[in-house]
Amino acid sequence: MLAAAQKDEKKDQALKNHVGHPQTGRDCPFTLLNSPISHTQYPYVTGTSVLGIKYKDGVLLASDMGGSYGSTLRYKSVQRLKPIGKHTLLGAGGEISDFQEIVRYLDELILYDNMWDDGNSLGPKEVHNYLNRLMYNRRNKFNPLWNTLVLGGVKNGQKYLGTVNMIGVHYEENHVATGFGNHLARPIFRDEWHEDMTFEEGVKLLEKCMLVLLYRDRSAVNKLQIAKITEEGATISEPYAIKTHWELEAFKNPATGAVGSW
Amino acid sequence: MANTAIELPPKGGFSFDLCRRNEMLAKKGVQSPSFRKTGTTIVGLVFQDGVILGADTRATEGPIVCDKNCEKIHYMAPNIYCCGAGTAADTEAVTDMVSSQLELHRYATGRESRVVTALTLLKSHLYSYQGHVSAALVLGGVDCTGPHLHTIYPHGSTDTLPFATMGSGSLAAMAMFESRYREGMTREEGIKLVCQAICSGIFNDLGSGSNVDVCVITKGQKEYLRNYELPNPRTYVSSKGYSFAKGHTEVLSTKITPLKEHVKIIEGDAMEE
Repeated sequence: MLAAAQKDEKKDQALKNHVGHPQTGRDCPFTLLNSPISHTQYPYVTGTSVLGIKYKDGVLLASDMGGSYGSTLRYKSVQRLKPIGKHTLLGAGGEISDFQEIVRYLDELILYDNMWDDGNSLGPKEVHNYLNRLMYNRRNKFNPLWNTLVLGGVKNGQKYLGTVNMIGVHYEENHVATGFGNHLARPIFRDEWHEDMTFEEGVKLLEKCMLVLLYRDRSAVNKLQIAKITEEGATISEPYAIKTHWELEAFKNPATGAVGSW
Repeated sequence: MANTAIELPPKGGFSFDLCRRNEMLAKKGVQSPSFRKTGTTIVGLVFQDGVILGADTRATEGPIVCDKNCEKIHYMAPNIYCCGAGTAADTEAVTDMVSSQLELHRYATGRESRVVTALTLLKSHLYSYQGHVSAALVLGGVDCTGPHLHTIYPHGSTDTLPFATMGSGSLAAMAMFESRYREGMTREEGIKLVCQAICSGIFNDLGSGSNVDVCVITKGQKEYLRNYELPNPRTYVSSKGYSFAKGHTEVLSTKITPLKEHVKIIEGDAMEE
């Protein structure tokens, strides 16, 4: 919507797409001319937790395939784990569209890296640093990418597992989780993770935590993927479901013997 | 309308009048005084012979730990105990009140109290205060109908469960329960799992800390194990104790005031009546 006076300006700047904002005088696109600058966001389609652990040969990531639209479990085949280049895996919770945008940025980054054709390739540390800068700078412009990212990889025998979130908080750890996983899975990791777990032990630990999340996180779906990254490369498993247990005697008739409660 | 037969009691009952004023003040930026909350991880589980309750021992006032070793497992009846999370004053008052009511009821009926009685008294009290009494409770006990475990929320809703956690550390404790609970555990296994769940809360939640209290209730018997586990000992304690020998403190100046000079001894008669 343009004010009448500004239509003349538009003719003058036929090929320009930017004008000075009436309030701040700063450069801004036409579409924002009559609005106060605001990029406040709410996430619309969100993914829930992603879990990550280091193990003997590399790093394991796990996430379910759900995309919630508010309180509806709308999409049940959203792949939230993606391989980046040769050495890294990225998992994301939060806004799915922002995750897709991040993957696009990273695809461009890897492409340029490949084009150098110098025998060198971006490892997990480098990708993590790139994502830190990206997320932090977007946050500083009050236009964040609404995600919490888990980044794992192996390069030259060095295992790496780190996380970045939408405000730019980042760190490296032996086990990480996003969202609800922080409350439900991290305590289990702190108790049961140990150095140099085998692949089977690692998967068992991740599945144990995914089961707790399935029971207690309302936005979890029973369709998960486990991704593995080692020196050889990245593999993401086919989606599968885990077995839930509802046969507790106490659930069959909760109020027997306690008539008067519900 | 003529005067109805229903009369409000002249005093007592919660007056909601000031709530609107408080909301208005809060909107204007006046900070309400912080109360002592019990932060907390409280858990309960049903094992083969009865019920085990567990709690941490940290009480917080905002960001400060005000009591490092408080008691969160409250006595309700010889066969019923109740863990409380939320505002400490509310949990204490409400459990004390219902405990007295249960005792009077025992005298009136001549029978052992039942867990559902305590449950109903607690939930109807909390419901009538519409959530303003901030008490979240885990109630457990064994009566003539068997072992029972319930959770009660501040608004007055209840759940009957085989295992339950409440408080800020409830997710950390529930992660332990969900991954390790089985039906029909023995007493040792039950206590071990309760300790693991409370420790998970202590080490992963900021509102919980210090020690683990456990209470085991079985048919006809209860064991209140205060400070069953102390996973946070003071690390650096001098084995020789702390002594401050002469010569360790620098003396800057000395002034001696003999007190004898100020005392006058008067020889005289004994006091007359």
